[in-house]
Amino acid sequence: MQPVIAVEGLTKVYASGFEALRGVDLSIHKGEIFALLGPNGAGKTTLISIICGIVNPGDGRVLANGWDVVKDYRRARASIGLVPQELSVNMFETVWAAVKFSRGLFGKPANDAYLEKLLRDLSLYDKKDTKIMALSGGMKRRVLIAKALAHEPEILFLDEPTAGVDVELRRDMWTMIRALREQGVTIILTTHYIEEAEEMADRIGVIHQGEIILVDGKQNLMNQLGRKQLSVQLTAPLDALPERLTRYQLSLSDDGYQLVYHYDTQNQAAIAPLLRDLEALSLDYSDLHTNQSSLEDIFVSLVEERRA
Amino acid sequence: MNYYGVKAIYLFELARTWRTLLQSIASPVLTTALYFVVFGSAIGGHMGDIEGVSYGAFIVPGLIMLMVLTESTSNASFGIYMPKFSGTIYEILSAPISAFEIVLGYVGAAATKSLIIGLIILVTARLFVDFSIAHPLWMLGFLFLTALAFSLLGFIIGICADGFERLQIVPAMVVMPLAFLGGTFYSITMLPPLWQKLVLFNPVVYLVSGFRWSFYGTADVPVTISLAMISVFLVICLAIVCWIFKTGYRVRS
Repeated sequence: MQPVIAVEGLTKVYASGFEALRGVDLSIHKGEIFALLGPNGAGKTTLISIICGIVNPGDGRVLANGWDVVKDYRRARASIGLVPQELSVNMFETVWAAVKFSRGLFGKPANDAYLEKLLRDLSLYDKKDTKIMALSGGMKRRVLIAKALAHEPEILFLDEPTAGVDVELRRDMWTMIRALREQGVTIILTTHYIEEAEEMADRIGVIHQGEIILVDGKQNLMNQLGRKQLSVQLTAPLDALPERLTRYQLSLSDDGYQLVYHYDTQNQAAIAPLLRDLEALSLDYSDLHTNQSSLEDIFVSLVEERRA
Repeated sequence: MNYYGVKAIYLFELARTWRTLLQSIASPVLTTALYFVVFGSAIGGHMGDIEGVSYGAFIVPGLIMLMVLTESTSNASFGIYMPKFSGTIYEILSAPISAFEIVLGYVGAAATKSLIIGLIILVTARLFVDFSIAHPLWMLGFLFLTALAFSLLGFIIGICADGFERLQIVPAMVVMPLAFLGGTFYSITMLPPLWQKLVLFNPVVYLVSGFRWSFYGTADVPVTISLAMISVFLVICLAIVCWIFKTGYRVRS
């Protein structure tokens, strides 16, 4: 299937000499939620700015819906909506005038019924005649989303959608993003909040210093790179690790009451032998718990791996 | 051609005018009325006719030009500078709209607004002095071309400006002096011979002269030359705008 966004060998060097992108290749599938994850300054915003036409590309090419974003910019951009990171919105306009303007700007004839529904879905309809400057920060962000959706795009970019947003709005936004996906809209969001990618995305791309260092399904990523940790709470303290247990990757807490075992999620038979050995050594335990490494840990280890 | 896009920008810019009706229209009209009171009635009464036209009537075309020049420049520059300043330009840049269409929307709206102001001033002037218009269609033509050319100039200033102060420099330090020295309040034949030569480098001379010709049939320079000069100025501004969008200068990084 043709990808909805295809980025091939994209580079970007800013006039200041800063190399923001170093040969990025990326394919986004139709209808997925794709999270572009990376620390500040990794090139996330540059990448989506080039796709959306705000920044001129260096080498390489970008296709949106099969259209080159430079040569066929009209057809490419008509299908894309962008919610920027900054709250850039004309403060003196009313909400209604703002969404109407966006729809026209993207070459669509007026459709008040659609805009009304859009504003209702975003709980903005009762504010439609309010000037934007009178709205709260969260409401302004909703206006930006409404503007991005005003021309019924098939692809929606959200640049750091939940940066500086309160918990309630973040939940609302996640619900809204899922609802859009149900309607068949492809969603690409950038974030440096790993929970966000973890919670929302079907696939995750990790970008670091202008390069995509990894793209994978969220589950795969977690499975492959995820390490689990088993904590065993002992009923009596140990002075040192018994001989028999040294073949495991174990660490003993200072007070001697807790054994921590690191193992790979790929390894199906990781726990049973350890538990049998504990049994054989007559070590009693009062509690066991496991936890999986989060995307955050995965990300940190990926970046460290590259540095090494 | 993205007609809806051009229309959206055009209407948005005009809506800004209605939103700020007082400073957009009332203030230039008031300023002009003051000029008429001071120069037309108070001082003009002590001055003889110029080229067979009473002084009060003589300054009407010049004053309209002065206002259209300054209003076009400041409106168009403000219109494009604001989105740059507030960041809302991202939407224009990401829209399926060509550079030409963007210019058409912004410059068209600025030119429309200054045309409206020019016509309002024309009507206001009629309350103070008696005058007639010999070539009404030419008058409108000159007004339109001037509004267009200087709105383009304003657009360029707005793109290049990197601060609100910069926005004011060209209108205050260049356009205003050129307008005052361009024969707004006098005929250039009244100047010493050397100055008569020097002012020919001032593009505003041609605008005012041509515009005045459309009122009273007399001109400082032949009307065809006036027309040619406005066209040259227009083409230069267009070329600069094209270059700006081609290179992305101060618009796309």
